[in-house]
Amino acid sequence: MDRYVEGDSPFHRADARLKFILAIAGILVISLLPIGSALAMLIVWLVLVACSATAGLGPFRLSRAAVIALPFTLAAFPLIFTVQTEIIATIPIWPLNLTISAEGLRRFLTITAGSWLSVQVALLLAFTTPFHNLVDGLRELHVPRIIIAIISFMYRYLAVLTDEGARMLRARDARSAGGDGTSGGSIRWRATVTGRMVGSLFLRAYERSERIYAAMQARGFEGEFRHLRARALHRSELAWLFLLLAVFALYEVTAFLWLPRL
Amino acid sequence: MTTEPPVHKHEHVHEHEGVGVGPHAHPHAHVHEAALPSPGAEASDGRGTVELEHVHYRYPDGFEALCGVDLRIGAGEKVALVGPNGAGKSTLMLQLNGTLRPAHGSVRVAGLAVGKETIRRVRAEVGLVFQDPDDQLFSPTVFDDVAFGPLHMGLPADDVHRRVERALAAVGMAAFAHRVPHRMSLGQRKRVALATVLSMDPSILVFDEPSAGLDPRGRRELIALLRGLDQTMLVSTHDMRLVAEVFPRTVVMDDGAVAADGPTAEILADEALLEAHGLEAP
Repeated sequence: MDRYVEGDSPFHRADARLKFILAIAGILVISLLPIGSALAMLIVWLVLVACSATAGLGPFRLSRAAVIALPFTLAAFPLIFTVQTEIIATIPIWPLNLTISAEGLRRFLTITAGSWLSVQVALLLAFTTPFHNLVDGLRELHVPRIIIAIISFMYRYLAVLTDEGARMLRARDARSAGGDGTSGGSIRWRATVTGRMVGSLFLRAYERSERIYAAMQARGFEGEFRHLRARALHRSELAWLFLLLAVFALYEVTAFLWLPRL
Repeated sequence: MTTEPPVHKHEHVHEHEGVGVGPHAHPHAHVHEAALPSPGAEASDGRGTVELEHVHYRYPDGFEALCGVDLRIGAGEKVALVGPNGAGKSTLMLQLNGTLRPAHGSVRVAGLAVGKETIRRVRAEVGLVFQDPDDQLFSPTVFDDVAFGPLHMGLPADDVHRRVERALAAVGMAAFAHRVPHRMSLGQRKRVALATVLSMDPSILVFDEPSAGLDPRGRRELIALLRGLDQTMLVSTHDMRLVAEVFPRTVVMDDGAVAADGPTAEILADEALLEAHGLEAP
């Protein structure tokens, strides 16, 4: 889960709060670009390539890693066929006629490219910020404490839970010997075994949660999480924040008013 | 609620006399350079002492885990708590900081009767270190975990930072403050688990199976660490070599009661006693 890559770039050194706000703003800018903003998106991509290189990740690491998001854009795929303006082709599939629309295609490509770029922005944040700094940053940005607590515990215990699951799987595999010509039980039986393992993993997690709560109580926890306050942001950091937000806004306006579209 | 499985009841073969008199008690001295400083002047007179009188405890499923435990530990004593699984050792430890409360009898730690009104002070006095450091270390980073206790004691930020630094230095983990626990070895996590309670500056340290799962080097480091701490110590363990090396006094528990209590050398020399309670000499 922790995708942090060690480094000492300006991106690594920047405060997590700033990076988080700017990442959200960046994703907003990309998502709000008008349909068919090919040039605007190309410019965003070039900026991200430069950011990736500056952060010491290699110029195309973000572009490659963000490909993972592409399958999700399939949700927008039907737009090509459902939009009924600027129809460029009709494919007869009995008993229906499938229409391909240029406008639908534009929308689909915009959404796909926008998602790919947005994920790159999120990855730039994840690659340059240790997860716990990100959680601290979110806390300072007044994200509800219960959400922060859930994220922190998930981050801390996902690895522990994965290890327990892996140990159970190993134990099962170690006893899953096959006789001559036998395959080791029916699908139904195997499903039952798997179901019991999941149940057992849940119970272990549940028992662990009780032990953790006891450990928290033993150290004075009474239902309210307390944390050290982070330092206030410097003036120079705030200046950078507002400057970049202004640049983002200006870019959005430029994309709407002046940059050519498909 | 933590529960222990019901156990088959044994006959008590040995009942030692002179239960829990604290023969090795000595004033709460602070000699070890890494140890945390002495508590403030507001501390109660009995700091570092533990007194249990006729403590009974029954789990909600009806299993009677403690049936009349009497135990007195003097300030600065290092006491091993041994006995078979299900003897009531863990239940006893959870009584000491009020996680569990006795059905009958009384528990006093550091001169305070454990109860609703005193619970905050009791928890600051008793540092409970659980067996599995993954239960003890629940924060994203080592620093957050060691700071958890002092923060929840309501201490100011400067003090919290100072205590975290000192506690991590005391267990030799100062360089690990910003590491994440799940990327550390078991030995390292156990050390940090100890730091999480040392930062609260307790007068009593209670450990559940501190040497379980440690490799020989980790075990040696733990022994050196335990020897260097000057707080009152009650340590539940099956590791009889650890008992022989670190603890002058040993309490044997079985069937929810104290079966024997005395100098470790005497207890470990009594083969009949050890065998009767499922123990073996180191």
